[in-house]
Amino acid sequence: MAEQFEPRIVGFLCNWCTYTAADNAGVSRMEQPPNVDIIRVMCSGRIDPAFILKAFAEGADGVIVSGCHPPGDCHYSNGNFKTFRRMPLVEKVLEQYGIEAGRFHWGWISGAEAVKWAQLVRDFTEQVRALGPLNWKRELTSKED
Amino acid sequence: MMDAGRHPNIELMTYSEVEEVSGYVGHFKVKVRQRPRYVDMALCTGCGECAEACVFKKGVPNEFDAGLSRRRAAYMPMNGQGVPMKAVIDDQACLFLARGKCTQACMEACPTGAINFEQKEEVVELNVGAIIVATGFAMFDPTRLSAFSYGKSPDIIDGLQFERFSSATGPTQGQILTAEGKKPDRVAIIHCVGSRDEHTHSYCSRVCCMYSMKHAHLVRDKTGAEVFEFYMDIRAGGKDYEEFYERVQEEGVYFVRGRGAEVLVLDDGQLQVRAENTVLGIPVQINVDMVILATAMESQPDADKVASIFGISRSANGFFQEAHPKLRPFHTNTDGVFLAGACQSPKDVPDTVAHANAAATEALSLLSRGEVVISPTIAVVDEQLCSGCKTCISLCPYSAISFVSRDITGVAEINEALCKGCGTCVAACPAGAITARHFSDQQIMAEIEGLFRIPVAAELEKELA
Repeated sequence: MAEQFEPRIVGFLCNWCTYTAADNAGVSRMEQPPNVDIIRVMCSGRIDPAFILKAFAEGADGVIVSGCHPPGDCHYSNGNFKTFRRMPLVEKVLEQYGIEAGRFHWGWISGAEAVKWAQLVRDFTEQVRALGPLNWKRELTSKED
Repeated sequence: MMDAGRHPNIELMTYSEVEEVSGYVGHFKVKVRQRPRYVDMALCTGCGECAEACVFKKGVPNEFDAGLSRRRAAYMPMNGQGVPMKAVIDDQACLFLARGKCTQACMEACPTGAINFEQKEEVVELNVGAIIVATGFAMFDPTRLSAFSYGKSPDIIDGLQFERFSSATGPTQGQILTAEGKKPDRVAIIHCVGSRDEHTHSYCSRVCCMYSMKHAHLVRDKTGAEVFEFYMDIRAGGKDYEEFYERVQEEGVYFVRGRGAEVLVLDDGQLQVRAENTVLGIPVQINVDMVILATAMESQPDADKVASIFGISRSANGFFQEAHPKLRPFHTNTDGVFLAGACQSPKDVPDTVAHANAAATEALSLLSRGEVVISPTIAVVDEQLCSGCKTCISLCPYSAISFVSRDITGVAEINEALCKGCGTCVAACPAGAITARHFSDQQIMAEIEGLFRIPVAAELEKELA
């Protein structure tokens, strides 16, 4: 039997909503695959598009960006709106790099939506698993050689 | 309120609205628009002669009596019990101010010459250290639920109107009477009008059970009428509340478990309440002379405007959002701005008093400390790298970034007290001149690199095997 591919996924989560949701999902012992590694930022508005490219360049097969629901949930009034504006541009950039749209997810999960977070982790892991390994790191390094 | 009005260290600004707030904790600048009341506060003695003399006899609905009586253009607010106890002239209703023609009888009647039609709107700027928002709540408009026929009969009233009927200063001097002027024989009280209903407000308004029971008690006491309360659940949590529930039951009030479904106005003007008695499992219909609707508490219609002026957010149900539901229930996410009372969530009087006292204490302790503790997780600008492009300035949700001139060009400067450390400016700075302390680009990049240096469990297992 062929060995199952285990994707590596990086999640950039805002401290107040989605990180809290992920924490709650863990505390409530909801079932979710261990493929997502979380990097906490104070606000989804802090997420520099460079972080996302860096994650892919380091070997991630998928990236999740998630913050507080617009309009009113943001702890910092409107940081999520900046995410709202930046992420479609990131999608464009990734497309130009030839990275499939299914490898990048951005959205909103509030602190109370632990169930939704666990579901996203399950669904997104399967989605990236189906796409297979990205191997962007190998490509980048082989070009340098 | 009377005590607040008399206190030498409290300045009451009535008939005024906050228009703009800038600055930060300990150093707020507040612009207040003071509407003219056309009465000189220093001269007015509160005698009410102007209200007697006002020629606009027809008047307008009296807000304080929930529209049950009428007042003239010159009037004493709150039926003469307002603070400060001074007259006011309603410029929308006043024949002279609105239409320019009146004999100005109020001016002649005033014994101290306090009436001054020349008063103009004023904008006052205040410097304050802390702000407490206590803007209260609004009552749910029962016409939104047509099944209750509110407005189709004068005997279908809401809780606030009942309070005015039962008050000694109200339109009936405290007597509970139907529109015909008779004492009612049967009264129905319907709970949860607009509350606990997915079509209106899904939350429980918390106070209606208790005030409805008070109304039932007052009706029994003042008229001896039969009272039917239609309820879903009785929420009598609070000191001595359950005891009051028992007492009202002993007084002979009928409690019918089941949401009031509809109120019909029959052809002869008789009111009929229909509901389901879920204890007996049968539909019931009862003819009554008066229906009191226990309407929901909801957020003020201008809560969004107030929220944006003071930099506070709102919960999904429209009330102002506290910083933490359990540990910081009267703080907001803007330092130095506190919440008191029902603007944060529905509250009864003891809870409001406790909440307001806590907010006042927190505000005072903040001021008396003289200095504030701020989070170290903030953004800082490297002036050597900043090119003065101003990209960050418009992005900051707290207006914490200002532009300061330097020799050649200017640079961005972040106010440490205002910055909350969200990092939006850091992500946007094209020169990489702004660093978020504890969340710097280098730290996050290192975190990402670190993730892929550690082999995952599956790879480890492979190595071990």
